Amino acid sequence: MKFGILVNEGPFTHQASDSAYRFAAAAIEKGHQVSRVFFYNDGVYNSNRLSEPQSDDRNLIALWSELARANKIDLVVCIAAALRRGIKEQILQEGFRISGLGQLVEAGIQNDRLVVFGD
Amino acid sequence: MEPWEEEESPEVVKRFMYVNRRAPYGTIYALECLEVVLIAAAFDQDVSVVFVDDGVYQLKKNQDTTAIGMKNFSKTYRALDDYDVEKIYVEKESLERRGLTADDLIIPVEVVAAANLREIMAQQDVVISS
Repeated sequence: MKFGILVNEGPFTHQASDSAYRFAAAAIEKGHQVSRVFFYNDGVYNSNRLSEPQSDDRNLIALWSELARANKIDLVVCIAAALRRGIKEQILQEGFRISGLGQLVEAGIQNDRLVVFGD
Repeated sequence: MEPWEEEESPEVVKRFMYVNRRAPYGTIYALECLEVVLIAAAFDQDVSVVFVDDGVYQLKKNQDTTAIGMKNFSKTYRALDDYDVEKIYVEKESLERRGLTADDLIIPVEVVAAANLREIMAQQDVVISS
Protein backbone atom coordinates (compact mmCIF):
# COMPACT_ATOMS: atom_id res chain seq x y z
CA MET A 1 0.00 0.00 0.00
CA LYS A 2 1.11 3.57 -0.70
CA PHE A 3 1.00 5.96 2.24
CA GLY A 4 1.15 9.71 2.62
CA ILE A 5 1.69 11.06 6.14
CA LEU A 6 0.72 14.37 7.70
CA VAL A 7 2.63 15.50 10.81
CA ASN A 8 1.03 18.37 12.74
CA GLU A 9 3.23 18.64 15.84
CA GLY A 10 6.84 19.48 16.58
CA PRO A 11 9.41 16.91 17.71
CA PHE A 12 9.59 17.88 21.39
CA THR A 13 6.26 18.96 22.93
CA HIS A 14 4.16 16.12 21.53
CA GLN A 15 4.67 12.47 20.68
CA ALA A 16 2.83 12.78 17.35
CA SER A 17 5.97 13.14 15.27
CA ASP A 18 7.63 10.13 16.97
CA SER A 19 4.51 8.07 16.29
CA ALA A 20 4.50 9.20 12.66
CA TYR A 21 8.18 8.28 12.29
CA ARG A 22 7.64 4.85 13.84
CA PHE A 23 4.57 4.28 11.67
CA ALA A 24 6.54 5.19 8.53
CA ALA A 25 9.47 2.95 9.46
CA ALA A 26 7.16 0.03 10.33
CA ALA A 27 5.16 0.40 7.11
CA ILE A 28 8.34 0.36 5.02
CA GLU A 29 9.64 -2.63 7.01
CA LYS A 30 6.43 -4.48 6.08
CA GLY A 31 6.96 -3.77 2.40
CA HIS A 32 4.65 -0.77 2.03
CA GLN A 33 5.67 2.51 0.44
CA VAL A 34 5.72 5.94 2.07
CA SER A 35 5.87 8.46 -0.74
CA ARG A 36 5.62 11.75 1.12
CA VAL A 37 5.53 13.18 4.64
CA PHE A 38 3.97 16.63 4.88
CA PHE A 39 4.81 18.80 7.89
CA TYR A 40 2.19 21.34 8.98
CA ASN A 41 1.35 23.43 12.06
CA ASP A 42 4.25 23.06 14.54
CA GLY A 43 5.21 19.96 12.56
CA VAL A 44 7.46 22.24 10.49
CA TYR A 45 9.91 22.26 13.45
CA ASN A 46 10.84 18.68 12.50
CA SER A 47 12.95 20.16 9.71
CA ASN A 48 15.08 22.57 11.79
CA ARG A 49 18.68 21.39 11.63
CA LEU A 50 19.65 23.94 14.27
CA SER A 51 17.82 21.83 16.87
CA GLU A 52 20.19 20.28 19.38
CA PRO A 53 18.48 17.64 21.49
CA GLN A 54 20.51 16.43 24.47
CA SER A 55 22.97 13.68 23.60
CA ASP A 56 20.95 10.93 25.35
CA ASP A 57 17.72 11.96 23.54
CA ARG A 58 16.67 10.69 20.11
CA ASN A 59 17.20 13.22 17.32
CA LEU A 60 14.01 13.01 15.31
CA ILE A 61 15.14 15.68 12.85
CA ALA A 62 18.12 13.51 11.87
CA LEU A 63 16.03 10.32 11.96
CA TRP A 64 13.50 11.71 9.45
CA SER A 65 16.36 12.74 7.21
CA GLU A 66 17.98 9.28 7.32
CA LEU A 67 14.69 7.46 6.76
CA ALA A 68 13.95 9.68 3.78
CA ARG A 69 17.35 9.18 2.21
CA ALA A 70 17.23 5.39 2.59
CA ASN A 71 13.69 5.09 1.23
CA LYS A 72 13.30 8.02 -1.16
CA ILE A 73 10.61 9.74 0.91
CA ASP A 74 9.66 13.27 -0.06
CA LEU A 75 9.77 15.39 3.14
CA VAL A 76 7.75 18.55 2.51
CA VAL A 77 7.49 21.49 4.89
CA CYS A 78 4.53 23.85 4.42
CA ILE A 79 5.78 27.28 3.39
CA ALA A 80 3.03 29.30 5.09
CA ALA A 81 3.40 27.43 8.39
CA ALA A 82 7.22 27.56 8.12
CA LEU A 83 7.52 31.28 7.43
CA ARG A 84 5.55 32.36 10.49
CA ARG A 85 7.74 30.05 12.62
CA GLY A 86 11.08 31.19 11.20
CA ILE A 87 11.82 27.97 9.33
CA LYS A 88 13.69 28.85 6.14
CA GLU A 89 15.80 27.16 3.45
CA GLN A 90 19.02 28.12 5.26
CA ILE A 91 18.18 26.04 8.33
CA LEU A 92 16.54 23.03 6.66
CA GLN A 93 17.85 19.58 7.54
CA GLU A 94 19.05 17.61 4.50
CA GLY A 95 16.21 15.76 2.79
CA PHE A 96 13.51 18.33 3.60
CA ARG A 97 12.13 20.85 1.13
CA ILE A 98 9.75 23.79 1.51
CA SER A 99 6.64 23.90 -0.66
CA GLY A 100 2.96 24.76 -0.65
CA LEU A 101 -0.16 23.22 0.84
CA GLY A 102 -0.99 21.82 -2.58
CA GLN A 103 1.57 19.12 -1.83
CA LEU A 104 -0.61 17.95 1.06
CA VAL A 105 -3.71 17.73 -1.13
CA GLU A 106 -1.67 15.93 -3.77
CA ALA A 107 -0.48 13.43 -1.13
CA GLY A 108 -4.15 12.76 -0.35
CA ILE A 109 -4.98 12.24 -4.02
CA GLN A 110 -2.01 10.12 -5.04
CA ASN A 111 -1.72 7.73 -2.09
CA ASP A 112 -3.96 4.88 -0.98
CA ARG A 113 -4.07 6.37 2.52
CA LEU A 114 -3.22 9.69 4.12
CA VAL A 115 -2.48 9.13 7.80
CA VAL A 116 -2.64 12.15 10.12
CA PHE A 117 -0.54 12.46 13.28
CA GLY A 118 -1.38 15.32 15.61
CA ASP A 119 -2.69 16.36 18.97
CA MET B 1 -19.56 5.56 -27.21
CA GLU B 2 -18.48 7.48 -30.32
CA PRO B 3 -14.73 8.22 -30.66
CA TRP B 4 -15.27 11.96 -30.22
CA GLU B 5 -17.01 11.26 -26.94
CA GLU B 6 -13.95 9.55 -25.57
CA GLU B 7 -12.68 11.39 -22.56
CA GLU B 8 -9.07 11.90 -21.59
CA SER B 9 -7.85 9.79 -18.71
CA PRO B 10 -10.29 10.65 -15.95
CA GLU B 11 -8.93 12.83 -13.17
CA VAL B 12 -9.02 11.26 -9.75
CA VAL B 13 -11.65 12.89 -7.57
CA LYS B 14 -11.44 11.97 -3.92
CA ARG B 15 -13.61 12.94 -1.01
CA PHE B 16 -11.68 15.17 1.37
CA MET B 17 -13.13 16.08 4.75
CA TYR B 18 -11.62 18.67 7.06
CA VAL B 19 -12.69 18.34 10.68
CA ASN B 20 -12.43 21.31 13.03
CA ARG B 21 -12.56 20.34 16.70
CA ARG B 22 -11.06 23.35 18.47
CA ALA B 23 -12.05 26.87 19.46
CA PRO B 24 -10.92 29.58 16.99
CA TYR B 25 -8.43 31.16 19.38
CA GLY B 26 -6.12 29.74 22.03
CA THR B 27 -4.36 27.53 19.50
CA ILE B 28 -3.53 28.04 15.82
CA TYR B 29 -5.29 24.91 14.58
CA ALA B 30 -8.51 26.62 13.42
CA LEU B 31 -6.72 29.30 11.40
CA GLU B 32 -4.26 26.90 9.80
CA CYS B 33 -7.01 24.41 8.96
CA LEU B 34 -8.94 27.18 7.21
CA GLU B 35 -5.81 27.96 5.19
CA VAL B 36 -5.66 24.31 4.07
CA VAL B 37 -9.34 24.27 3.06
CA LEU B 38 -8.99 27.41 0.94
CA ILE B 39 -6.03 25.89 -0.92
CA ALA B 40 -7.68 22.47 -1.20
CA ALA B 41 -10.73 24.05 -2.82
CA ALA B 42 -8.63 24.85 -5.89
CA PHE B 43 -7.94 21.17 -6.57
CA ASP B 44 -11.30 20.08 -8.01
CA GLN B 45 -11.78 17.48 -5.31
CA ASP B 46 -14.96 16.78 -3.35
CA VAL B 47 -14.40 18.95 -0.26
CA SER B 48 -16.43 19.06 2.93
CA VAL B 49 -15.78 20.91 6.17
CA VAL B 50 -17.00 19.79 9.58
CA PHE B 51 -17.28 21.66 12.86
CA VAL B 52 -17.62 19.63 16.06
CA ASP B 53 -16.94 20.11 19.78
CA ASP B 54 -15.48 23.59 20.47
CA GLY B 55 -14.88 23.84 16.71
CA VAL B 56 -18.44 25.15 16.38
CA TYR B 57 -17.26 28.39 18.03
CA GLN B 58 -15.18 29.09 14.91
CA LEU B 59 -18.40 30.01 13.12
CA LYS B 60 -19.93 32.09 15.92
CA LYS B 61 -21.28 35.47 14.80
CA ASN B 62 -20.02 38.76 16.26
CA GLN B 63 -16.58 37.64 17.35
CA ASP B 64 -14.46 40.38 18.91
CA THR B 65 -10.78 39.59 19.37
CA THR B 66 -9.65 43.08 20.37
CA ALA B 67 -8.85 42.10 23.95
CA ILE B 68 -6.56 39.20 22.99
CA GLY B 69 -4.71 41.03 20.21
CA MET B 70 -5.42 38.33 17.61
CA LYS B 71 -6.73 38.81 14.11
CA ASN B 72 -10.46 38.05 13.86
CA PHE B 73 -10.50 35.69 10.88
CA SER B 74 -14.11 34.57 11.26
CA LYS B 75 -15.25 36.55 8.21
CA THR B 76 -12.92 34.45 6.06
CA TYR B 77 -15.34 31.52 6.43
CA ARG B 78 -17.71 33.52 4.20
CA ALA B 79 -15.17 33.00 1.41
CA LEU B 80 -15.82 29.25 1.45
CA ASP B 81 -18.89 29.84 -0.70
CA ASP B 82 -16.81 31.78 -3.27
CA TYR B 83 -14.42 28.83 -3.39
CA ASP B 84 -17.35 26.47 -4.09
CA VAL B 85 -17.00 24.72 -0.75
CA GLU B 86 -20.66 24.03 -0.15
CA LYS B 87 -20.67 20.99 2.12
CA ILE B 88 -20.35 22.53 5.54
CA TYR B 89 -21.55 20.33 8.38
CA VAL B 90 -22.00 21.31 12.02
CA GLU B 91 -22.69 18.63 14.60
CA LYS B 92 -26.09 19.15 16.21
CA GLU B 93 -25.07 17.87 19.64
CA SER B 94 -22.03 20.15 19.80
CA LEU B 95 -24.22 23.19 19.06
CA GLU B 96 -26.86 22.20 21.61
CA ARG B 97 -24.37 21.55 24.40
CA ARG B 98 -23.06 25.07 23.93
CA GLY B 99 -26.49 26.71 23.80
CA LEU B 100 -26.09 27.63 20.13
CA THR B 101 -28.30 27.26 17.06
CA ALA B 102 -27.62 27.66 13.33
CA ASP B 103 -28.84 31.29 13.67
CA ASP B 104 -25.78 32.07 15.80
CA LEU B 105 -23.42 31.13 12.97
CA ILE B 106 -21.77 33.46 10.47
CA ILE B 107 -22.51 31.27 7.41
CA PRO B 108 -25.32 28.90 6.40
CA VAL B 109 -24.50 25.33 7.38
CA GLU B 110 -26.06 21.91 7.43
CA VAL B 111 -26.72 20.86 11.02
CA VAL B 112 -26.38 17.07 11.31
CA ALA B 113 -26.75 14.65 14.21
CA ALA B 114 -23.63 12.78 15.34
CA ALA B 115 -24.97 9.50 13.97
CA ASN B 116 -25.44 10.99 10.49
CA LEU B 117 -22.08 12.71 10.63
CA ARG B 118 -20.49 9.36 11.39
CA GLU B 119 -21.98 7.96 8.17
CA ILE B 120 -20.80 10.92 6.09
CA MET B 121 -17.34 10.57 7.63
CA ALA B 122 -17.21 6.86 6.78
CA GLN B 123 -17.76 7.72 3.10
CA GLN B 124 -14.64 9.91 2.86
CA ASP B 125 -11.33 9.00 1.24
CA VAL B 126 -9.27 11.47 3.26
CA VAL B 127 -10.14 12.90 6.67
CA ILE B 128 -7.89 15.64 8.04
CA SER B 129 -8.68 16.58 11.60
CA SER B 130 -7.32 19.37 13.75
